[in-house]
Amino acid sequence: MLKEKYADRIEAVFAKYATKRSAVMPLLYLAQQEYGWVNQQGINEVAELCELDPTQVKSIAGFYTMYSEKPKGKYWLQVCTDLACALNGADEFYKQLREYLEVTSDHHDGHGGDDSADGLFTVDQVMCLGACDRAPMMQCNFRFYENLDMEKTKALIEQWRAEAAGGTSSDGTSAAASSRKKSSKKQE
Amino acid sequence: MNIIYREKDVPNIHKLDVYVKNDGYAALKKALGMTRAQVIDEVKASNLRGRGGAGFPTGVKWSFIPQDNPINYVVVNADESETGTFKDRQIMENNPHQLIEGALICAYAIKAAAVYIYIRGEYWDVAEGLEKAIADATAQNYAGDKILGSDFSCPVYVHLGAGAYICGEESALLESLEGKMGQPRVRPPFPAQKGGGLYAEPTVVNNVETLANVPYIIQHGAAAYKSLGTESSTGTKVFCLSGHVNKPGNYELEMGKNTLRDLIFTHGGGIKGGKQIKGFLPSGGSGPVVRVNGNNDPVLDTPLTYEDFVKMGTILGSASFIIMDETVDMTWVASKITKFFKHESCGKCTPCREGTYWLDKVIDRIMDGGGKPSDVELINNVAKNMQGVTLCALGDFAANPIIYTIKNFPEDFAAHVSGKAPLAVAGD
Repeated sequence: MLKEKYADRIEAVFAKYATKRSAVMPLLYLAQQEYGWVNQQGINEVAELCELDPTQVKSIAGFYTMYSEKPKGKYWLQVCTDLACALNGADEFYKQLREYLEVTSDHHDGHGGDDSADGLFTVDQVMCLGACDRAPMMQCNFRFYENLDMEKTKALIEQWRAEAAGGTSSDGTSAAASSRKKSSKKQE
Repeated sequence: MNIIYREKDVPNIHKLDVYVKNDGYAALKKALGMTRAQVIDEVKASNLRGRGGAGFPTGVKWSFIPQDNPINYVVVNADESETGTFKDRQIMENNPHQLIEGALICAYAIKAAAVYIYIRGEYWDVAEGLEKAIADATAQNYAGDKILGSDFSCPVYVHLGAGAYICGEESALLESLEGKMGQPRVRPPFPAQKGGGLYAEPTVVNNVETLANVPYIIQHGAAAYKSLGTESSTGTKVFCLSGHVNKPGNYELEMGKNTLRDLIFTHGGGIKGGKQIKGFLPSGGSGPVVRVNGNNDPVLDTPLTYEDFVKMGTILGSASFIIMDETVDMTWVASKITKFFKHESCGKCTPCREGTYWLDKVIDRIMDGGGKPSDVELINNVAKNMQGVTLCALGDFAANPIIYTIKNFPEDFAAHVSGKAPLAVAGD
């Protein structure tokens, strides 16, 4: 239960706001981190904490795209294919990434992405992520990877595959173990 | 001239001690010695205009807050989500204390009980840096209780969004901060009025870049700030440059002293591959597209100001320039931006929800080669019926890419619906 496990963190969240309801978004993130996605258990717990109806919490989780309403692969890749990135090859990059990961289903955006053949990756295209000067780019579990090409990306994917198989990643970080890892990348 | 991106002159200014050594929080200290009215008057006199896109005079916005109300709020709009916009991220990463200081000066001026920084969810790592900066500032008494020994107390909080462009619209942002779906409110009451702001209290909502200008104005005075730029476009502005340029990035420039040509060719290093420029979007996906007939077009000599861009038939907006070369099919551009707005429409107002859906369907048909000449008129008509009839500006924004690509590049649409071979689609 979130309530017991993260009592201090939850208390700190409530302290920021004038109403309990305002805590619903940070607590949904907490639920997603705990359960891997926003499942019914998480919805119910957040609803109880914020003194809301689970249906209200579900409507909020559904409205915002960063809450996942279905289980994802261990690595959730989101490629920006919006205009500024697309002018620099993002559409083709996205296509090649899907081919490399052997993604066959095609739900397009808004449906939470498609899984790779091995189930390790979920890949999706998303709207502008505010990194337009560093296209093509993607998020992996919300961490930014910028100025990409397929060579760099293949290396990342192999690194993640090795990591998932039990090895450690070459840069020493576990990029995907948590969706909340601090990025060491700074603006140039 | 860097008022905002001071890290270019002062390395490591994101650290509190470096910031303080370089006049950091001196403006807050000065403001605390002024009356609230004096602070607002100084910002008014500077003619600072909102940098989020609307360009509304900042001091005027602050003056709308009723001074006798017991609880007011400052909300920082850091939900930077417009296609082609990435300027606030750099401010928050590299010069976060200047934003915190500007927000606290505003908070003092309007007697705010708290500052909330609403930052887009994808910038969670930037938010972590901000949280640290706030903790450092609070530990040194620049924020929190009885700031710098005064009677003024104000905590600063960070609130993470979760992936919704609409939350950059101020009333939707407030809904989101209250733990609801981010959908715009009916106005009046406006956020500055009782009943219209956060928790129904009067609230100033300002963009990150806007507030980052405030310490300079208070410290050096409105006259010094106004000496930069032009009469109605004072100070500096950050220009985000992306698309087909050699050196994309953020460029902080004094307003009116640089032209489009300076931005694209001098700062941006010119068009990629030595090609000719065909057009550009000055305010991300939401502003009218501008036609440029190659690199010698005199339109490129337009100075970078709010007023000159209105004369040009577009808006400066958030100054998010997406540059497109001669190979770009503007019908494709319209379809891309339409997909964006279809995805980001919150669904509250029918003209926007249904309009973006049908625009997307018909423009897809045109792109797939199944379009008829009447389809161009159809989407133009649908887009025009979305203008001015929605609760927020997203309905108008979504209409712009259709209306202005058709108006300024009719030949690109004609090529698709006349049965001739379609134009090449952009992308390297």
